[in-house]
Amino acid sequence: MRSAALKPGARERAGLQPAARLGRGAILLGVPIAGLVVLCALSLSVGARAIPLDQVVQALSGGEVTKAVHDVIWSVRVPRTLLGLMAGAALGLSGALMQALTRNPLADPGILGVSAGAAFAVVVAIAAFGIGSLYGYVWFAFAGALVVSVAVYVLGGLGRDGLTPVKLALAGVAVTVMLSSLTSAIVLADPESLNRYRFWSAGSLAGQGSQLMPQLAPFVAVGIVLALASAPALNSLALGDDVAVALGRRVGLVRLQGAAAVTLLTGAAVAAIGPVVFVGLVIPHLARLVARWAGGETDHRLLLPLSAALGPCLLLAADVAGRMIVPPIEVQAGIIVAFIGGPIFVILARRARLAEL
Amino acid sequence: MANLTVRLPAPPVSWQVRIRLVAVCLGLAVLAFLAFCLGVGLGDIPLGLGEVVGALFGQGEQGQLFVVWQLRLPRALVGLMAGAAFGLSGALLQTMTRNPLASPDMIGVTQGAGVAVVAGMVFGLDSGPGIQVLAFAGAVAAALLTYALAWRRGVTGYRVVLIGVGLSWVFTSATEYLMVITEVFQAQAALGWLFGNLNGRTWDQVTPLALALAVLAPLALLLGRSSRALQLGEDVAVVLGTPVQRARLALLATGVGLVAFGTAAAGPIAFVALAAPQIARRVAGTAWPPPLASALTGAFLVLAADLVARRVIPDLELPVGVVTGVLGAPLLLWLLARARRA
Repeated sequence: MRSAALKPGARERAGLQPAARLGRGAILLGVPIAGLVVLCALSLSVGARAIPLDQVVQALSGGEVTKAVHDVIWSVRVPRTLLGLMAGAALGLSGALMQALTRNPLADPGILGVSAGAAFAVVVAIAAFGIGSLYGYVWFAFAGALVVSVAVYVLGGLGRDGLTPVKLALAGVAVTVMLSSLTSAIVLADPESLNRYRFWSAGSLAGQGSQLMPQLAPFVAVGIVLALASAPALNSLALGDDVAVALGRRVGLVRLQGAAAVTLLTGAAVAAIGPVVFVGLVIPHLARLVARWAGGETDHRLLLPLSAALGPCLLLAADVAGRMIVPPIEVQAGIIVAFIGGPIFVILARRARLAEL
Repeated sequence: MANLTVRLPAPPVSWQVRIRLVAVCLGLAVLAFLAFCLGVGLGDIPLGLGEVVGALFGQGEQGQLFVVWQLRLPRALVGLMAGAAFGLSGALLQTMTRNPLASPDMIGVTQGAGVAVVAGMVFGLDSGPGIQVLAFAGAVAAALLTYALAWRRGVTGYRVVLIGVGLSWVFTSATEYLMVITEVFQAQAALGWLFGNLNGRTWDQVTPLALALAVLAPLALLLGRSSRALQLGEDVAVVLGTPVQRARLALLATGVGLVAFGTAAAGPIAFVALAAPQIARRVAGTAWPPPLASALTGAFLVLAADLVARRVIPDLELPVGVVTGVLGAPLLLWLLARARRA
């Protein structure tokens, strides 16, 4: 159907043996990973107190550095960078998963109600229980994300024809709107809640990594395994439910697995850094563009790892940029993500024929 | 329910009437009128339904006439017309883009209005007309930017939506930035506007919106035909003789115009533009969002939500947009669960 639009050489690439395609995919994966290494180095060195790269290396390898440099690197920058890596990978991966599950290129990981649930729980934590520390919000946010996405999944599956992508998306949007309305009702009535909530909702990597990382990492790890394991089944699902069933997939089970992965990944990421779900919207489109080179733009075995590698690139780049724009003040990463990601998304939408799912 | 075929002997014209759609429209109109009258009757001096209807036709005491015409009618009219404008524009955009998630909230129009208004408030503007002009300008500028960026020897509905989504995230985060750097009381005022508000509306807001609706609503209903052709896909639309690019531009301009005027008068009332067409489509049992029924659903949603918003917490008038979400979402969910085919 699309052969008329293929550029010279594209047909040959599309005709590559699956093994060769995955081989090219592995090479492709190297590019974002190299980018990540550079960004990690920048993230460790840039900030209110700039540290030259050679001292960063010294500090990491246990060499001779002043105590101040050692403390900044190990107690501030390293946890923050690791948190960015984890949250970025989780958001990129869950975005790709979400778009595959709903077959809608506009779906972001927040569409299952995950970030609205987390936001609602955070506001309740502030308004009802007077919890003020960012560390205290996390478990509320995570619990809210889990409960709400299960509810959306159940609501989307009601009715005679069971769960369909359109119903899942609409149910997610409906619940999201309902919860964010309730959230804003609470926030409007209570200025003190608004004051804390607006900083959480802007989304930031600052000052939480060291405590959060070890506790949230297991959830993210399970989510990553579930997500990557579902890749072959998602390829069948992309052909339509009937074909997937004919190929021997249990469609309901695949969707459940995918939704569980999205919930764990997005829930952990949103709880840790705030509702920065835009990463999950823009990254899968970028991954598809890159994967086209290997003739694998519809192959989720390639798209999912690529999204997981590209997600932290965007998030870390936003975090580093936020520290550099108006020093010593930091602009929240969630804000910069949209300022970087938005134009990328627009350029992609203009240039490439984004895959209609 | 079957369709009714109407034939005129001379001139030899015939057309089909969908009985269910007509019945649904009539029912929705009655509901919207009821919510309208109840809204006018509600306040410090409560008025009965009969008194309200009488006053609307100029019958009643001088005091009642003043309360109805000067104090309460502008609010109810803004609610009615803004709701209808949002519902109608949602129906146009969803049909054109063939995506049930597409709505003016999604393609950056309302976010453009939002960032303009919040910037105005943060930098010290708080007068009504100024905010109205800013909201309108922001919405139109955002729409123009989206259209210009989506232009590559013509636009497709799909590209407009994708680019609109990208831009709307940029606008949203600009708004968030402004909210973070400002004082908390200004942030609260801005949030009140951002949720859509019918409090303290006057004839100043009614007049521009009424004029805009008088022009744009008939246009939107006329365009329904070509938007349905576009829904069949670009190739089919071309074969059917639809001037695709011109139809898309007309649909977008009409939809954006409706939303821009609605937002200027009432703020971006959440969820109405997205939910009203989907609710109307499922109630009326049509394959596409029916424009007139969507407009009536939107008007009813906003008016009913405003009734709830004014009653639910005594002494605190919630912004209507907070309630449209809480009220509209369960309705949509219930319809989703009942539907035989999504």
